[in-house]
Amino acid sequence: MKNRKTRLAGILGVSLLLAACGTSGSNSSAPPGAQGFTPPKLEALKALGQPEGQLNVLAWPGYAENGSNDPKVNWVTPFEQQTGCKVNVKPFGTSDEAVTLMKTGQYDVVSASGDASLRLVASGDAEPVNTALVPNYADVQPFLKNKSWNSVGGVSYGIPHGWGANLLTWRTDKVTPAPASWSVMFDANSPYKGKVIAYDSPIYLADAALYLQAHQPDLGIKNPYALDDKQFTAAVNLLKQQRPLVSEYWSDYLKESQALKNGDAVVGTAWQVTVNLTKGEGAPLESAVPSEGATGWSDTWMVAAKSPHKTCAYKWLDHIISPKVNAQVAEYFGEAPANTKACAEMSDKTLCDTYHAGDAAYAAKIAYWTTPIPQCLDGRTDVKCKDYGEWTRAWTEIKG
Amino acid sequence: MTAFFYRRPKLRLGFLLSAPLLWLGLAYLGALAALFVTAFWHTDAFTGQVVVDWSLGNFETLFTDAVYRTITFRTVGIAALVTVIDAVVAFPMAFAMAKLASPRAQRILVIAVMTPLWASYLVKAYAWRSMLSGNGALSSISPGYGVTATIVTLSYLWLPYMILPIYAGLDRLPDSLVDASGDLGARSLRTFRSVILPLTFPAIVAGSIFTFSLSLGDYIAVKIVGGTSQMLGNVVYDNIGAANNLPFAATVATVPVVIMLGYLAAVRRTGALDNL
Repeated sequence: MKNRKTRLAGILGVSLLLAACGTSGSNSSAPPGAQGFTPPKLEALKALGQPEGQLNVLAWPGYAENGSNDPKVNWVTPFEQQTGCKVNVKPFGTSDEAVTLMKTGQYDVVSASGDASLRLVASGDAEPVNTALVPNYADVQPFLKNKSWNSVGGVSYGIPHGWGANLLTWRTDKVTPAPASWSVMFDANSPYKGKVIAYDSPIYLADAALYLQAHQPDLGIKNPYALDDKQFTAAVNLLKQQRPLVSEYWSDYLKESQALKNGDAVVGTAWQVTVNLTKGEGAPLESAVPSEGATGWSDTWMVAAKSPHKTCAYKWLDHIISPKVNAQVAEYFGEAPANTKACAEMSDKTLCDTYHAGDAAYAAKIAYWTTPIPQCLDGRTDVKCKDYGEWTRAWTEIKG
Repeated sequence: MTAFFYRRPKLRLGFLLSAPLLWLGLAYLGALAALFVTAFWHTDAFTGQVVVDWSLGNFETLFTDAVYRTITFRTVGIAALVTVIDAVVAFPMAFAMAKLASPRAQRILVIAVMTPLWASYLVKAYAWRSMLSGNGALSSISPGYGVTATIVTLSYLWLPYMILPIYAGLDRLPDSLVDASGDLGARSLRTFRSVILPLTFPAIVAGSIFTFSLSLGDYIAVKIVGGTSQMLGNVVYDNIGAANNLPFAATVATVPVVIMLGYLAAVRRTGALDNL
């Protein structure tokens, strides 16, 4: 009996192994190209066909609302009525979850942030997008088109959707004078020791690198997402020095809003939506992009390479950045819309000013989230840069 | 059909047991085995795909990086403290429930102990967060966010899991033994030390298995009230959620499994496992 049990366990183990081997395919080792890698050869769609009747959407929460969260917020149903494409929405929580889900091949389109998009391109999960088939693309802000996170070698891999900055935020009653530099969060002698709130993600290392870029020019940091050994160590050390100042790290914006409202934190990194929310609850809060600039996000709608519903996918791309829908999403989520005509469609006309929607100079100050890869993103070929796995390990070490 | 199985008792037993055994084998042990196997692989830095390439690299990182040792010690320390606090708080409560209360009051008290289990974990943790905050109800004595706040919150969250086994153990303890101890001239403290404690010790250990293992694997409470500190669960979560590095997360996840196996082996002799 015992013997038989062991044999069963053995068979179980082997079949598990086989199953695992089958699913993890090998990937092309990419020679360095214009951006450090050459994506797999994929063709963009040439012409639209008949809508296929189905569309599986992978989206950030709030990006593809069908009225189930709030009956007043619904831009999926009108799309279904216009095109006959039945939409299934799957929300995801982090960029990495999106990358993992896209590998299943079950989704047709995805709203990818810059720290996910290049990974989708490199693994062949997303294909180039023929922008000529998306009429509303013509109205997209020019400063969002053909950027390093949504195109490779001049080929567009998606449609810009919206963007925002990770702002320096402070309580106006507790922090005086108004800070003009990130040093209130990084300087070891900051008067706000124990009252600083910082973003809880390995990508926050880029905020430290951005600070060093301005304050320690001898390190030679050109892009906060392309850090060699020396620059990386300097950024890690800066964050270790910051740790005693920090009251907590946030990854849930509601938790941060609460901390700022209660005064457990008086200065920190926040999104515009957090600032609006907290101000709305009566906390005296102000936010700005300080002299060193800021990190931020710029999202792109991408099409899955294996999608069997490409016509519906293109129709969705066009629908989601049409002026009215782009305005609704931006308003609901709290970010700058990509479409220049979206501002006229907003119910709150001040929002485009709040989010600096048409402000190219402001947008240029933002260092958008990008996946750190071994090939340096700033074009250096003589050194190896730290990849995201190493960023993650360092982040664990910083938090201690 | 029935007659067929009736005449073959062994086949009948096998048929009845096959579903639970399949569940145990596939879903439970299978998942654990898959986890352990994954720990020896690694991921491609860029595409995030798991690379099947056997190595001990993950374990090497785990043992050589001082930060993982620190986090392991912190986690075990928190779990041990939570267990001790829960045992100290739970024992008098369970004793009152089992020995002093009337049968009617007993039922009400058991329900009262269970009610917190009906509320969502998150709501309870956030309630503690607001109590411990700068303008919260406990602000005058609040330790602020950090390890102390985590211990307090976890002790609150897991308390019912300690009270119920101790209550069950005390309930089984015959009153006649306590009376006999008194008749023989023992004062209450002596009765507690020589009669009650030795007989209910397995029940306390049974409760400690719950509180200890639940604290060992927790990552939500510490994220909500822990300030900047992190536990083993956070390292696992960050490696899956942020880095998409399932292999290293699996490596870290083996640490609590090994600690729990050691703990269970140590308490096996107390008879606590019969109390679960």
